[in-house]
Amino acid sequence: MSDQYDLLSVRGLTKNFTLHLQSRKFLRGCEDVSFSLKAGEFMGVVGPSGAGKSTIIKCIYRSYLPSAGEIIYRTGGQDIDLAKAPDREIIRLRRREISYVSQFLKVIPRVPAVDILAEQLTERGWPRNKAKDRAAEYLEMMNIDPALWDTSPSTFSGGEQQRVNLARALITKPRLLLLDEPTASLDAETKKVVIQALNQLRKQGTTMVGIFHDTDVMKRLVDRVFTMTSGRCKSIKRMQEVV
Amino acid sequence: MLNLKAIERKGGYNFAFLDENTKREIRRKTLKAVAIPGYQVPFASPELPIARGWGTGGLQVTMSIIGPDDTLKVIDQGCDGGVNAVNIRKLLVKTTGVGTTFDTAAASIIQTRHRIPEEPMSGRQILVLQVPIPEPLRFVEASMAKTREMHSEMDYSRMWVFLYENIVKWGEITIGARYPSLVNKRYLIDPSPIPRWDVPKLHMAETLYLFGAGREKRIYAVPPHTSVEPLEFEDIRFRVEDFSGKACVRCGSDHTYMNEIYGGPGGGKLYVCSDSSRCDKLRAQRGEAKTHAGK
Amino acid sequence: MPASNAFVLRVTNLAKRYGQGCPSCYALTGPAFATNICPCCGSIVACHDIGFDLEEGEILGIVGESGSGKSTLVRCLYFDEEVTGGEAFLAAYGKGGVNLFAESSQRKRFIRNHLMGMVYQNPLLGIKPHFTAGGNVAEKLLTADVYNYADIRARAASLLTRTEIPRARMDDFPARFSGGMQQRVQIAKALANNPPLLFLDEITTGLDLSVQARVLDLVKEIQRELGIAMLVVSHDLGVIRMLADRTAVLKNGRMVEIGLTDQILEDPQHQYTQLLVHSML
Repeated sequence: MSDQYDLLSVRGLTKNFTLHLQSRKFLRGCEDVSFSLKAGEFMGVVGPSGAGKSTIIKCIYRSYLPSAGEIIYRTGGQDIDLAKAPDREIIRLRRREISYVSQFLKVIPRVPAVDILAEQLTERGWPRNKAKDRAAEYLEMMNIDPALWDTSPSTFSGGEQQRVNLARALITKPRLLLLDEPTASLDAETKKVVIQALNQLRKQGTTMVGIFHDTDVMKRLVDRVFTMTSGRCKSIKRMQEVV
Repeated sequence: MLNLKAIERKGGYNFAFLDENTKREIRRKTLKAVAIPGYQVPFASPELPIARGWGTGGLQVTMSIIGPDDTLKVIDQGCDGGVNAVNIRKLLVKTTGVGTTFDTAAASIIQTRHRIPEEPMSGRQILVLQVPIPEPLRFVEASMAKTREMHSEMDYSRMWVFLYENIVKWGEITIGARYPSLVNKRYLIDPSPIPRWDVPKLHMAETLYLFGAGREKRIYAVPPHTSVEPLEFEDIRFRVEDFSGKACVRCGSDHTYMNEIYGGPGGGKLYVCSDSSRCDKLRAQRGEAKTHAGK
Repeated sequence: MPASNAFVLRVTNLAKRYGQGCPSCYALTGPAFATNICPCCGSIVACHDIGFDLEEGEILGIVGESGSGKSTLVRCLYFDEEVTGGEAFLAAYGKGGVNLFAESSQRKRFIRNHLMGMVYQNPLLGIKPHFTAGGNVAEKLLTADVYNYADIRARAASLLTRTEIPRARMDDFPARFSGGMQQRVQIAKALANNPPLLFLDEITTGLDLSVQARVLDLVKEIQRELGIAMLVVSHDLGVIRMLADRTAVLKNGRMVEIGLTDQILEDPQHQYTQLLVHSML
């Protein structure tokens, strides 16, 4: 893969939080983090709780405003620094090529599962019928009981919610996919489905960064492993070296 | 029989009752009204020996423009013999000594309530209309400050909604008299309680129309050759009263505005011209002498 | 950068002051002083130095506590209030090069009637209870120069159906409607002239939770279908999270922060925004 260009390259990323309400308490999210990702590569992020794994992902997605450093993302033959890009550029990228799967499904209650997925496509200009058909395919792929398709995922079990959450990101076939513990609350059977889906997406060219606790899942997915402790990079190794 | 010659000028009053300064003020306001067609110009409207609401607005306009050489005609609902017309005529003649007439064509100033004469008027004549409510937007807005703002911004949407809802409710626009009309494509006016029949006569006319509202203290005008368009929808047009198949029992006319009266054989409906002098004129031409006004 | 200047609405340096004013008004008010009342002359600085761009199809949320100036801001933009200073430009008016605030009241009325829609917190500010539901929608169409009765009727029927007002109640008076229905009539009216820009001022405040949800769903659907740019004012972060792509935070008449809605909620920068997010239920 060495001939591939860098799709994402993070340099000196630092994120601090100032809590004004607690007498300007200062918290460190991550400090001086650097790595780069080739197009089509899948990097796993590991480390103990509070090591700053989610902070990195959220900085890339710009839910967090980075305090220092660069997040260079290559799109349309141009480099964009996600740390400083205007809000609208970020919105545009989120709509077109960057997706994020959080640990928890955040959806409007009332909206049926099939519509949550279909909405992703209609927002991108798909006609409603076609979007719904495709949404149904993805729910089926994720082993969601068809009886549930027309109900809101807020009534689903944790594992079902997580699958809907993933399906919502996968259906758009993003260029860059950010995953925060995508398989955390899944049973063994469903894990298999998710791993399969992610691998398939990768084959289609999606670049991914994912936080994992489950090394067993991770080793079946990622190329490299980024290990963090207390907000800093401990090591970056090829998957084979870790195993 | 009403004897016009019996009224004589009385001494002791200024010509046309009002003092010269008051007349001058009304003339200035009238000129402003002519200069801004359809715009309601406020004026002082002093007390008169006739109660407000009985035509004092029209009366003051007439008093301020009348001269010794004028020939006056006064009508009430189309009739020269109506109580209001008789009293106003008396007051004006007593205080000016001008000649009066029933003949629309012979008059130089016609003061009227609720009608525009059927006979076409010329550029030498002036029609003065008595107006009870000068504000066309009163239908839809109670506040005068608001209606003034609506006029200034030409915001007549609420009047339009009123018409829309009229159609929703009744299948047609049910406004009979006082049909809101746009003057010179700018100001909406209340043309006074003339029937819809008379509204088209205001449009691109030869004559100057002056509107006086005494109680409400407003003067407005439709100058000659000025457009006056009744509000209408593209697909539901303004239309005048329909008298098709009916004719005046006195003169036989079938294209005038007619009053409906009960009195036919067996208590049936009869129709008679609202404009009495035109009706009489036609009958006189046929040698039937008895007049409508003097009945 | 592909982020172009394709704004629908551009606001710069908007200021609104109530009272006589003095030279210190702006210097001595704002979040740093925790007040919008000038200590020298007692004038109220409802808005000062507010600026943003609104893009095509974008929803910008405006949050802040009562008295932060958020409603004043939209009222100024809809010409309900006269600004003290600042400029606003609409792409759809004068090729985006004409300061709307400097236009005559007649021109402002034209802009409002043809290019803007407004939904107030109190439905009775936006609709007239003694016009029928259809008449209210008709009013907006008539102000936008649609004078064909059949067309008005058809458009009103389709908009009211769209906002879930039963066809049978089209000729009924909103005075007899529930609060949620009145609000939906107001939305139908605001949409009547197909405006490129819609202002929503606290539209769900005071409605039952279930009714709130339906109104919000409706707004979201309309935005998706019609791609109208919207300015959504709310003190409710839940509403903002559901509707807005970007959010501006107002405090004491100043804009203290503007950013992606999820960033404002997850990583608020300003002290006041942190307090606001922290106070969320």
